[in-house]
Amino acid sequence: MPDAKTRRAAVDGWFTLDESAPALLGSRCTGCGTFAFPRETFSCRNPHCPGTQFEEVELSRRGRVWSYTDCRYQPPPPYIAAEPYEPFALAAVELATEQMVVMGQLVDGVTVADLEVGTEVELVLGTLYEDDDHEYLVWKWRPLDRSPAGAGSALVRGGSDA
Amino acid sequence: MPDDRRVAILGAGMHPWGKWGRNFVEYGLTAARDALADARLKWTDVQFVSGADTIRNGYPGFIAGATFAQALGWSGARVSSCYAACASGAAAIANARAQILAGLCEVALVVGADTTPKGFFAPVGGDRQDDPDWLRFRLLGATNPAYFALYARRRMELFGATEEDFAAVKVKNARHGLENPYARYRKEVTVEEVLASPMVADPLRLLHICATSDGGAALVLTSMDFARRHAGAGTLTTVAGVSTVTPRFPQQVIEMPSFSTDSAVAAGGGEGPTFKQSITAAAYEEAGIGPEDVDLAEVYDLSSALELDWYEDIGLCPPGEAEKLLRDGDTALGGRVPVNPSGGLSCFGEAIPAQAIAQVCELVWQLRGQATGRQVEGARVGVTANQGLFGHGSSVVVTR
Repeated sequence: MPDAKTRRAAVDGWFTLDESAPALLGSRCTGCGTFAFPRETFSCRNPHCPGTQFEEVELSRRGRVWSYTDCRYQPPPPYIAAEPYEPFALAAVELATEQMVVMGQLVDGVTVADLEVGTEVELVLGTLYEDDDHEYLVWKWRPLDRSPAGAGSALVRGGSDA
Repeated sequence: MPDDRRVAILGAGMHPWGKWGRNFVEYGLTAARDALADARLKWTDVQFVSGADTIRNGYPGFIAGATFAQALGWSGARVSSCYAACASGAAAIANARAQILAGLCEVALVVGADTTPKGFFAPVGGDRQDDPDWLRFRLLGATNPAYFALYARRRMELFGATEEDFAAVKVKNARHGLENPYARYRKEVTVEEVLASPMVADPLRLLHICATSDGGAALVLTSMDFARRHAGAGTLTTVAGVSTVTPRFPQQVIEMPSFSTDSAVAAGGGEGPTFKQSITAAAYEEAGIGPEDVDLAEVYDLSSALELDWYEDIGLCPPGEAEKLLRDGDTALGGRVPVNPSGGLSCFGEAIPAQAIAQVCELVWQLRGQATGRQVEGARVGVTANQGLFGHGSSVVVTR
């Protein structure tokens, strides 16, 4: 058996590598509180705010699907597709606390048939692509209904995602 | 500013859309020469050349204004080149109009042309980890149709749009373009054929999504005084409003190529108009008209579903009623306000820097009564709408 591959982020500094409870790393303007993902470093996006100072924040790990689709055909480079290509689902997810929508792939095995506008999803780490030595990770959304027993959707339904 | 902020459109010209595989300059020149002939002007009469750039044809594409000027023969004209993604053509029109209205020139030539690669649009090459357009392909595999599909799915879940509605838009536009000599696809399709085409990005199928094309379009714009002297007392076709607005914070609709929307926490609630709603609103305001005055529209149907969004965004109906407008036949030729009588992107495919100019060419021919086989009878006011990647609004009001 070959040694297990090293797991590393496909992009540095965009999310934590906490395997059990990963989170997207965004920024929050210290002046007006506006969040940004990926993080803002130069100037607040709020035109009424002169802010240039930002704190790094972990974004909400749960949200609701704003809309969703899938990619039936292999995207062009720089996407690195597995051979053979496996279609995947994509969602734009609303985060209540941040009042913003964040894109992400769905975990392997989830199709558009499993999704609706409003479906609650949770952030997990998933494999984006691999080479001989590494497994490159990215954030993915997983519908709460499909999460392991004990993390059922009743936990968050009707509550905030904070 | 002068009271009359219109400029005259004396000439319109296009090279047919297709997948010709030739140099983009050739398409631009054909369109430019046709536009000049239409205006009964010579190239050497042009005082300002406004080029719309292409980023997929090497350096000549980045300085398209000079490229076209050189190909037509250096004449010493003032020149500009601009890129605004899908809105490049409108940005080039805006530049030319500003020169004319400022009194810096009387005759301007606007040209855009493109030669496109096959398949999905991909980002410009290289390893560019700080470019969101590169990163969305690398990290998400999110192609352009994937973003269009997000909007389509949302229409279905919020407003009850169906796959058949999206297919009906395609059927309508295919019929509109049948006799347009500049359209690439001139063939009727049925709802069944659309729904039998391969799924690309659920719920959008191949025939719901516009192709990428080669093509070229050009306009000759002049001051109103010049036009009256040159063209006599006849009715002039004019640019009455141009919108090149950005979105307003917080932009709450996810847009290509972004990973997220703006955060609205600091905006204190109260939803303003969306970006797409604000685009034509600015053009209407400049022209002193409203959507109720519009006789026809050319909108960016990157997908058939997106055309329905535009009906609402340009004010033809309230949100959620686009499907009714379509089903009632209001937006078909012969209806209350035909949309995409040219056949739209559905029949053309997208030739990025030429497309917003081509939309205006169609309005010019419609308002002159020269749109053989697709004429909107008695049209006097038309509007175009599209938007460019990141936040370039594009809308032009043409009146007669």
